[in-house]
Amino acid sequence: MQSEWKFTSKDIAEKPDLFMSGHRACAGCGATTVLRLLMKATRGPTIVTTATGCMQIVSSMYPYTSWAVPWVHTAFENVAANAAGIEAAIKIMKKKGRVKHSHVDVIAIAGDGGTYDIGLQALSGAMERGHDFLFVLYDNEAYMNTGIQRSGGTPLGAATTTSPAGTVVPGKLETKKPITEIMAAHEIPYVATASPYYWRDLIIKTRRGLEVEGPAFLHVFAPCPRGWRTDTAKSMELAKLAVETCVFPLWECINGEYQLSAPSKAIALSPEKKKPVREYLQLQGRFRHLFTPKFEKLIDEIQKITDQRWQRLLKKCGVSASKT
Amino acid sequence: MKNVIKQKVVALNGNEAVAYAVKQSDVDVVAAYPITPQTIIVERFSEYVANGEVETAFVCTESEHSAMTACLTAALTGARTFTATASAGLALMHEMLFVTAGCRAPVVMAVANRALSAPLNIHGDQSDAMAQRDSGWIQLYVENAQEVYDTVIQAFKIAENPNVLLPAMVCFDGFIVSHSLENVNVLPDDAVKAFLGMRQFPTVLTHDGVKAPFRLDPEHPMTLGPAAFPNYYFEIKRQQVEALKNALSVIRQVHDEYAELSGRSYGNGLIEAYRLEDAEVATVCLGSTAGTTKIVVDELREEGVKAGLLRIRTFRPLPVDDIRRALQDVKAVAVLDKCISFGGFGGPVFHEVRHVLYDLDKRPVLVNYIYGLGGRDVPPWQIRQVYEDLKGILKEEKVKEPVNYLGLRE
Repeated sequence: MQSEWKFTSKDIAEKPDLFMSGHRACAGCGATTVLRLLMKATRGPTIVTTATGCMQIVSSMYPYTSWAVPWVHTAFENVAANAAGIEAAIKIMKKKGRVKHSHVDVIAIAGDGGTYDIGLQALSGAMERGHDFLFVLYDNEAYMNTGIQRSGGTPLGAATTTSPAGTVVPGKLETKKPITEIMAAHEIPYVATASPYYWRDLIIKTRRGLEVEGPAFLHVFAPCPRGWRTDTAKSMELAKLAVETCVFPLWECINGEYQLSAPSKAIALSPEKKKPVREYLQLQGRFRHLFTPKFEKLIDEIQKITDQRWQRLLKKCGVSASKT
Repeated sequence: MKNVIKQKVVALNGNEAVAYAVKQSDVDVVAAYPITPQTIIVERFSEYVANGEVETAFVCTESEHSAMTACLTAALTGARTFTATASAGLALMHEMLFVTAGCRAPVVMAVANRALSAPLNIHGDQSDAMAQRDSGWIQLYVENAQEVYDTVIQAFKIAENPNVLLPAMVCFDGFIVSHSLENVNVLPDDAVKAFLGMRQFPTVLTHDGVKAPFRLDPEHPMTLGPAAFPNYYFEIKRQQVEALKNALSVIRQVHDEYAELSGRSYGNGLIEAYRLEDAEVATVCLGSTAGTTKIVVDELREEGVKAGLLRIRTFRPLPVDDIRRALQDVKAVAVLDKCISFGGFGGPVFHEVRHVLYDLDKRPVLVNYIYGLGGRDVPPWQIRQVYEDLKGILKEEKVKEPVNYLGLRE
């Protein structure tokens, strides 16, 4: 599946923002960059729905809005059902001549809490029913809106306010749930991961997700300086490092066929380019405790799990694992 | 009623009557999840879809929470929407009921009233709907399958009225109404279509400063369901109060219009006063119990007892003036509650009725009977016992126990 759509940087720069400035996000917020890029990929009439969370609260504080498209929020756990209702309504009303647009794209946006955890049931149901919409997960790896509590998307060893690094517990004890694999297991036509550093890749994948008929799932990495205890100027660097360390590889699963995206494919082909996770972890305050004698073994564990997951992915993508 | 339209009689149970009414109401989206005793509604409706008898998107969701959510967003997109549920399903929807009312989405829902767990019980009582009475929905409690059919059609017109624009639930007793077969008069399809017309949208000012219909439309981007903090939230809630107040006259108006078309009326649409004019003793109830009570009232009247009944058809918004007028001259009133308000002073209907009458200079003596929980049958002799108790209160001029339990082993 290849999008016919060709675009230059200038096209993107000139396309009016549909997610507009003036929102209330923190300095260095990765998720708002994701949303801005996402909305650069729209192809026509679009309705957006957002789960309760950072991106909902910063963009819709009455009487202001950051949305230049029709937008709706209803609750936390149900954004996929929001999309299902909108899509079903548009489809039938088009048939009955009650909407004039021949097609309306529907995008559902949720954070990791609204996807991995409380939103999983509605998401799974909507995917199984085959609604034609794009679900975008902006993954900042914890409940940032309520003050950095751990979620199913929080990685092993990360300190959050409900998985603090103490004297005996080294932050979160569990690994990050493989949500994208869970979505791929729903056998929907399009599943992909993306990082805002690779902005062109993110825009292309968004467009593919919109173009595909049926449900699409896009998992986007979204650095959070406030929650990760990182320099606000380093968000894009982290978005790059996560890919370079294979902590967050970029790939697509199109009609069940896995393929690596260019930045990760380059690492697969030249394994020496793969950076150690340490380089990614050391920039973040949430992993600071791992760089103490007591907990430093966990860095090896994180490296081991990252490597295992990367090898499994290579296998799925049909890349020989021996070379890496 | 000389212009009453010719109708056919169909054998339908309460659930089938709902499905039939929805079929005729040109509904765009039905999103639902099965639960006893409501399931027949979605089953029958699925058959209509499968046989191409309706132009409706049927979304078979993975939960009631998602069913209500999908109805809400479909309604905000401009669709006429319907769902049905009961008991645990309604409880699971709880969060979304408030959001649906707050977003001003005119979703119509049938509720086949059923007990709440624990212990698990599939039979009828009104605990499920009563627990949602403050969610901002319109609540209509109906007596039999005919009224179910008539009221579901009316509910769309009430909910979608631009001066109301609120969701509405039509409540009927699980099994007693949902599963009992009755002869139901149904209107011709085109008569229902003409009665309801197309959905109407109020015009609002968008953030682009233009006037546009209130719905999610790419032509006129609108931000719905925003965050609103202490400087705006309160005013938005106050608007809902006003809309519910408007619903009082709209419910009457729609009821009267429908009565002219069908020849059927239910009191004034808000309350039904049965032989109350000169009544000395009366009961107040909701739903199917009114059917049993009317028989008892007739018997008592024949025996010379000045007995009457007030059936509250519209519980939300509460028809305060109507209830006052209906009961002000009665001497003793027993309020029947098919629900407990745990830790409170009597059941929820008792709270409301007693509260409404408080301001009257002359008001009846009021007692409460909790009855029929978990589907326990309430035969006529028990209702008769309530009237006997009221007579006793008048005679002795004394209330022994204000809150009583009817048909219970103590």
